[in-house]
Amino acid sequence: MTVAAEGSPPLRMAGSRRSPLLQSEAVQGFALISPTFVYALILLVLPILVVIAHSFWTQHYLTIDHTFTLENYRIALTEPIYRDLLWRSLYISLTVSLLTVLLAYPMAYFISFHGGRHKSLWLFLITIPFWTSYLLRVMSWKVILGYNGVLNSGLMGLGIIGEPSDALLYNSTAVIITLTHAWATFAILPIFVSLEKVDRTLVEAATDLGDGPLRSFLRVTLPLSAPGVISAALIVMIPTVGDYVTPKLVGGKDGVMIANAIQAQFGKAANWPLGAALSVTTMVIVSLMAGATVLSIRALQGLAR
Amino acid sequence: MTAIRRLLPGWLSSYAALYILFLYLPVIFLPIFSINTAATPKFPLSGVTLQWYEDLPHTPALIDATWNSLIVGVSASILSTVLGILAARSITRYRYPGRRTINGLIMAPLVLPEVIVAISMLLVMLQLGLSLSLFTVVLGHVLVCIPYSMTVLTSGFEGFDRSLEEASADLGESAFGTFRRVTLPMVAPAIISSLLVCFTISLDEFIIAFFLTGTEATLPIYIWGQLRFAAKLPGVLALGTLLLLASFVLMTVAEILRRRAARRTQNEGGLHA
Repeated sequence: MTVAAEGSPPLRMAGSRRSPLLQSEAVQGFALISPTFVYALILLVLPILVVIAHSFWTQHYLTIDHTFTLENYRIALTEPIYRDLLWRSLYISLTVSLLTVLLAYPMAYFISFHGGRHKSLWLFLITIPFWTSYLLRVMSWKVILGYNGVLNSGLMGLGIIGEPSDALLYNSTAVIITLTHAWATFAILPIFVSLEKVDRTLVEAATDLGDGPLRSFLRVTLPLSAPGVISAALIVMIPTVGDYVTPKLVGGKDGVMIANAIQAQFGKAANWPLGAALSVTTMVIVSLMAGATVLSIRALQGLAR
Repeated sequence: MTAIRRLLPGWLSSYAALYILFLYLPVIFLPIFSINTAATPKFPLSGVTLQWYEDLPHTPALIDATWNSLIVGVSASILSTVLGILAARSITRYRYPGRRTINGLIMAPLVLPEVIVAISMLLVMLQLGLSLSLFTVVLGHVLVCIPYSMTVLTSGFEGFDRSLEEASADLGESAFGTFRRVTLPMVAPAIISSLLVCFTISLDEFIIAFFLTGTEATLPIYIWGQLRFAAKLPGVLALGTLLLLASFVLMTVAEILRRRAARRTQNEGGLHA
């Protein structure tokens, strides 16, 4: 059905008897996008609305009581276990996005300003590791950081440590390292795009007017690339807050995050409304954090000028 | 100051090299330990063997998971590319109110926590009375693949010269003929590239499949199950290495095609500009 719809607008366009309505650009464009739009409405917007609705209900064994209540939110925000998980998730995702952006910026700068003719090759080189299975990438960190892992055996081989350290794996640091690696590509690309848009003559002008390389970078290039930094930060921060695999595989007891608690509510604990309230709370808080990040980067950008 | 200027690119290049090393290092350990005779991934290797690879075809659960993944991947990539073509064409060609909002909504799965996307779809599907199966996994994968498909396709469709289609119509070609002989050849590489990208994503996707599948496992779910057993690790590493190779080949082909598509539409457009 969708395939037929794809062919129909051009047919309509060239048909001899065209109604003025169908001819209008807006209607044609909208008709063309509507299958995808409806798909997103049914499988994204509707589900999120259903989750929000569930978060105000109560689970009674196998049935759900549909009376409005804020009890789930009270539990999500005040029960120490969920409150701690939320804080930890936010702390981890904030740290990861900060680290990823800091590490990615010089790389993006290098490709944009010194990549020469090989820019797209560099970009491709960066995207390859991203295309390997996420599960396996997380697992390779487990192999590296584990008790019998590569890092421990390497350090022992070099005589730096006497016996393997168990401090490397199963904590939030392991989660942060793994996530920082997993999201690197997502941070580089937006920063690269915004650096590409920086007018090189402005940098030259700043240099001609006596600014040193560092000053012209801080006053011209860095503020102009702020939009890329903002999107990089957001594109890393929002998804990582809800990461499930990494905390489960390398986090151990001290690295559990909110997604693991959400999953438990939909699995073993079988309390959908609480799981829904935890999801909504996470989304709202991470949106607030994202908003705060945007504002503070903009403020810094203003300061630089 | 000139010293800094001279030093800077050198400093940056070494940073770039280190960064690439950081990106590739964990990935490189998969193939290395997959040929190790010992089950524990530890240096130095105790010996080199291909036994773990030879065992793979003799694991029925793995064969089933592979078939499931192929079915899901092919269906999801076709569906999301069709939906992606419609949306990308609409976005790049027409101007209408609400265009950016709709685009934002379609791209939203890219920046939403996957667990939340997965559980919300799970809730709706259970409410609708859909029993969980590979079909529900396909539905979920299509949603997360569309943004990637859109990205690839809009870069292929952008700079597409409308006057070429108009010229074809003016010269008496029918609408379908124009589509088949003018539009399609120009955008075909982008479409194939989108198919490959979506297939790769579906093949690797874990969270959504984990929540939305019934009893049938896809490859990542199979791997997830195996990760609990330390003794199964080398087999998983061998499988992972093969998947890595498959992803690499698919993505390289997709990238070459995407570039060819971009070049083609730009060149053709340039002639008429």
